Amino acid sequence: MPAELEIGLIAVMTAASCAVCGSLLLVRGMTMTADAISHTILLGIVLAYFMAGGLDSPLLFLGAAAVGLVTVALGELLVKSRLVSEDSAVGVVFPLLFALAVILITRYASSVHLDTDTVLLGELAFAPFERMTLFGMDIGAKGIYTSAGLLTLDLLFVCVLFKELKTVSFDRTAALVMGFSPALLHYLTMALVSLTAVGSFDAVGSVLVVAFMAAPAATAYLVAESFGRMLTAAVTAAAASAIIGIRAALALDVSFAGAMATAAGLVFLAALIAAPKRGLVGAYLRRRRAGKRSR
Amino acid sequence: MTAALGFMPRLATGPLIALMSDYTFRTVALGAALIGLMSGVVGCFSVLRREALLADGASHAALPGVVTAYLVTGSRDTAVLLAGAAVSSVLAAAATVLISRRTRIKFESALAVAMSVFFGLGLALISCAQHLPGASKAGLSRFIYGEASSMLMRDVLAAAVLVLVLTAFVCVFFRHFKLAAFDPEYAASAGLRSGAAGGALTAMTVAVTILGIQAVGAVLMSALLIAPAVAARQWTRSLAGMTALAAVFGAVSGVAGTAYSSLRDGVPTGPAIVVAASVIAGVSLLAAPGRGIAAKLVRRRRLRRRVLAATEINSDTRPQIAEAAEKAPPGVSSAERDIHTDGSAAPQEAGEDAGTSAPEDGGGEDNAGGA
Repeated sequence: MPAELEIGLIAVMTAASCAVCGSLLLVRGMTMTADAISHTILLGIVLAYFMAGGLDSPLLFLGAAAVGLVTVALGELLVKSRLVSEDSAVGVVFPLLFALAVILITRYASSVHLDTDTVLLGELAFAPFERMTLFGMDIGAKGIYTSAGLLTLDLLFVCVLFKELKTVSFDRTAALVMGFSPALLHYLTMALVSLTAVGSFDAVGSVLVVAFMAAPAATAYLVAESFGRMLTAAVTAAAASAIIGIRAALALDVSFAGAMATAAGLVFLAALIAAPKRGLVGAYLRRRRAGKRSR
Repeated sequence: MTAALGFMPRLATGPLIALMSDYTFRTVALGAALIGLMSGVVGCFSVLRREALLADGASHAALPGVVTAYLVTGSRDTAVLLAGAAVSSVLAAAATVLISRRTRIKFESALAVAMSVFFGLGLALISCAQHLPGASKAGLSRFIYGEASSMLMRDVLAAAVLVLVLTAFVCVFFRHFKLAAFDPEYAASAGLRSGAAGGALTAMTVAVTILGIQAVGAVLMSALLIAPAVAARQWTRSLAGMTALAAVFGAVSGVAGTAYSSLRDGVPTGPAIVVAASVIAGVSLLAAPGRGIAAKLVRRRRLRRRVLAATEINSDTRPQIAEAAEKAPPGVSSAERDIHTDGSAAPQEAGEDAGTSAPEDGGGEDNAGGA
């Protein structure tokens, strides 16, 4: 498989799984949690790295996912103590965990291949160099399998728990009455977000994980009228922005991750202006019509 | 390192004195203290207005401005780069406000979209800049992580000037800002332009954020705004007190973080400052009198004891009641049984604190009818 195709596949699948998680976060109004989690997983990666002694171990995934959950739990603990408002709680917890991670890395791991740049910014261009071999045969880049696995996990989660997720996100009381546990589902979702963030960071970098969790979901929120359609629209927008971004990056010779995030922003901008009902133009026209009618 | 830890007193005095006489340390510590002070003051208003995460957004969104300023002017002068940063942060903040007002997307999500897309654009531009002859991203990447140790006396002076200007601004318009933070509707009805005050506060947040990026970096800047304010909130009920205390906490974190990172090599300054600020916040949340978690636990225990005494179910009779309940016929509902055996009847802290994290705004007399 040519390297460009491999990069494209990884990018599209990573973007799509981020978009699924992002939609789940957006309908609960917690998109900034993605930002917090995507930073604190660095601490999980560092701790797991110290325990496992390498960057290939599955411990890395578990450690990072665990720290993601710890971030959410600590934030909720602070909110529950009623001493701190929700956004401040997030803003206190995640920089602390991130700062600890940076200190640990620079102090104890600066000599090894684990620098904050790679985690924060990612490098998709190197993805084809890490090969997956089965019985001594080269069966494609490793990133393809990671991102495909994540996408499958995300889609399975959403398909199996679709009704529950919908009820919990839009009507907590009904969910309680019907007997699902919103807390359990909430933490499952957060675990999924953390796993997706970890799995995606070496493709797009953790800061751009946020871009792919936020922008396509917001685009879909402007366009779609139901939760199911929103998910489809988000995945479509993410895949489209990944493809546009990769094309642009190859043409202009700039960073893949940066170009993809910019493309996601442009797709959102298009929806913001032109979305049929909720776009700026549509809303303006409707207001004007309503104004004329009332006159 | 462990051996040194055993002799903390010696460690604390010797090198600290040496540190105090070190010119670079004094410059950096002074700069960090000034930035911490200003973040503390401005952070109070951001926290109260629930705009705490705006700093995080603004600092990420500064990146494309920094890179563009560098690409256009070719200079790596701090002032030029900061000007670029200011422009793109303000653009991102404006986009966030526009999106959250005009569509059904909430403020938080709009902020996440704006900041991450701006940051991505910045990354793309950096990789452009690397293609130019003679350009390297050194000096640009320090805007992502911050590099307090590179602060010069000139930067410190600039920070001092900004601190003076902003402090004067806050003092003069204190009442307006207070109303904008607590009760924008009342402010409007009293004829104060709370929209303008809110805008000014947002602009100040962005200004301080951009200044702070130098010291602690884009990623960690939000902590420097939020943590001192959250800490100060636990100790006082008045906004003026909170602001002053947050300024002190911010400055102390700046100095402590700088000192710690100079004493231990390999510890970067920015993260050390953030850890210091977080420790102050953590201690305040736990131990502040009246509001802190420890005080709350004590109060809850006392209340429980009082309730127990009042319901006359003391430790002598409780086991008997429990036994009786065990033997009770199945007709007795389990809820009823719980009340008898549990005894404590779950004392609830009804109404306490009412879930707000805003201080009760120092009585009506000093903000009513201001103009």
